[in-house]
Amino acid sequence: MKSIFQVSRNSKMSRKNQWIAVALAMSMTAISGCKKSANTVNGISQNNNSAAGDVIKLGEVGSMTGSEATFGTSTHQGILLAVKIINAAGGVKGKQFSVTSLDDQGKPEEAATAVTKLINQNNVSAILGEVASSRSLAMAPIAQQNKVLMITPSSTNPKVTEQGDHIFRVCFIDPFQGTVMAKFATETLKLKKVAILRDVKNDYSVGLANYFKETFVKAGGTIVVDQSYSAGDIDFKSQLTAIRAKAPEAIFVPGYYTEVGLIGRQARELGLKVPLMGGDGWDSPKLKEIGGAAMDGSYFSNHYSEEDKSPVVQDFISKYKADYGVVPDGLAAMGYDAVVILADAMKRAPTLNTEDVRKALLATRDFPGVTGKININDKRDAVKSAVVLKVENGVFKYQTTVNP
Amino acid sequence: MTKTPSTHPKGQSGLRTLWVWLAPLAVILILNQFIGDQMDPYFYTILMYAGINIILAVSLNLVNGFTGQFSMGHAGFMSVGGYLAAFITTHVVSANPEIMNNPVQGNLLLFGTLLLGGTGAAIAGYIVGLPSLRLKGDYLAIVTLGFGEIIRVIILNVDAIGGARGMPNIPSLTSFGWVYSLVIVTTFAVWRLVNSAHGRAFLSVREDEIAAESMGVNTTKTKVRAFVIGAFFAGVAGGLFAHYLRYLNPATFDFNRSFEIIIMVVLGGMGSVTGSIVAAVLLTVLKEALRPLQELTRLDFRMVIYSLMLIILMLTKPNGLFGTREISDFLPEGLRKKITGSNKPKEGAA
Repeated sequence: MKSIFQVSRNSKMSRKNQWIAVALAMSMTAISGCKKSANTVNGISQNNNSAAGDVIKLGEVGSMTGSEATFGTSTHQGILLAVKIINAAGGVKGKQFSVTSLDDQGKPEEAATAVTKLINQNNVSAILGEVASSRSLAMAPIAQQNKVLMITPSSTNPKVTEQGDHIFRVCFIDPFQGTVMAKFATETLKLKKVAILRDVKNDYSVGLANYFKETFVKAGGTIVVDQSYSAGDIDFKSQLTAIRAKAPEAIFVPGYYTEVGLIGRQARELGLKVPLMGGDGWDSPKLKEIGGAAMDGSYFSNHYSEEDKSPVVQDFISKYKADYGVVPDGLAAMGYDAVVILADAMKRAPTLNTEDVRKALLATRDFPGVTGKININDKRDAVKSAVVLKVENGVFKYQTTVNP
Repeated sequence: MTKTPSTHPKGQSGLRTLWVWLAPLAVILILNQFIGDQMDPYFYTILMYAGINIILAVSLNLVNGFTGQFSMGHAGFMSVGGYLAAFITTHVVSANPEIMNNPVQGNLLLFGTLLLGGTGAAIAGYIVGLPSLRLKGDYLAIVTLGFGEIIRVIILNVDAIGGARGMPNIPSLTSFGWVYSLVIVTTFAVWRLVNSAHGRAFLSVREDEIAAESMGVNTTKTKVRAFVIGAFFAGVAGGLFAHYLRYLNPATFDFNRSFEIIIMVVLGGMGSVTGSIVAAVLLTVLKEALRPLQELTRLDFRMVIYSLMLIILMLTKPNGLFGTREISDFLPEGLRKKITGSNKPKEGAA
């Protein structure tokens, strides 16, 4: 009896082994995005064993592996560049920065574990990260509970900084971009009549549209028509026909690049020649692929432009290129800004204890960051300028910087 | 005792061995008074995730190991339980914030929502299982994988629970006591179940479906039963996870999560509760134990080593760490009888 069981189980096992192979293969592909992390590239010293007296320990949590590894890597490189520059200039209050970077594989629960380790094992004085709001939201309650400062470079969800008074961000929150584009429309383009075409399924888009409307109307403009679509739609002709009937001078379309590209095409087909306007959801090479020539002459707001002529930006770009050989993207710029703002606050603070640095961070005014002049408001969100880019032959040309 | 080996242990043996399970339960509740404050939070976090993973692995083992059905949707059931429990507590607590100051009410709330979350997951398991468990092997695996993804995409599109932005501000209710009491409860339930008449039916389905059917076992019903019970405990684990991390995001519950649990079951041994426990702890700890290596070498190959170790383990121990054996099989005869309540030699021990 037993031997029969043995045989039958063995035959089953070989079948199961196939599944084991599948499971292992899947787990291998899941980690195949894994790469040499960039902190060896420029050989920054990460001496964790130095006496606590002469180093300021920073912790970084980022998605160095996983599906969003490019975001994590860019931010990581920006952070390391800032640390290198600050340390070369003598550090802060005579102390050098050291960064411990932990990977979270793009998972909220891993980010929570990593931040717990940084705080309790590595005894860091501040946390940098995460890129995505989903990870920052898992980390923020832990940082707050332990009264450790956390600065997120690019989490735009307003709820992140609502987690507590130790959580800061150096990027603008989504609604701000609506205000920026309204200012740009009235002050630079001198427009009076604008139509809105918003994505009702997306609270990012709805937020931008509402703030655009409010600011534009306050500045004396008129919203001639307010139409909507849902992400995933392909045909926008009925909305565009309704918009054409009102003859606006521009259309505000605060959506993502896929729908925006299609809307651009169909607007031109219907004979609507007016420019489109939008937010950072447009920032993708796909916009040209989908929209083609139809997008030329349109404007959108973004965090930073490599064509910005200001010396802070150009200096950052040349140093970044020297270290990594590529032009930095917006995420690298924001990772860089997160560190320099922290360093600036530490320099201004009377002592390096958390409460003093926190107060100094709150008092950040007109700081010249790569991603604009940065002010921290009482909600610990960055209030800063945004850049407006114009689409010309598929290339995003820097137009102007709009201050809040 | 010269009782003949029984393949059908008597019902009361469960009660006779209850002390074996109640003793650690008491220890855990006593430890709970100290461990939260005394322990380093980082190790505490690992300990909590290890416990949650044990519940997931043991409950999946009931389906994948003991009943021989390859389910890939465990993370989906976990998310149903997690979201349901978190949704209720978040709303109850925001309406009556004073609950958080009252430990009795807080624990009662957690207990109620965990039960509801588990039940919700069990219902989802029933809906998924009833039509799909008529399928076998690869087909079943694909269907469960699909259902897991469907659950995730549904969550992504429901605004009331945060959609893609996730669900923050879940009250922190999960404690060491809760996680490890439920580890004991899950282990006890699965252990007793597979050693009962129903458990024999599970095993018979795994070993030979046609033979089982000809002996009068309703195979579909048996499979659905295992599936629903497994889903229930996955839902409970999801609830514990939600109230520990205090933030839920649908991305947490993708198929990679299901694979992680499957790996625990396979590594421990399909059909070994002990194996699932050991593998769940091992893999949870291993992931974190490799972190210093990453800091030391400044290379990001933590997950490469993790996967490499899995491959080596599977190559050297293709039946998993424990095969189908349990910890009791390694104990002396007399002690084993006391704990398991039967002197039945385990299959696989020979």
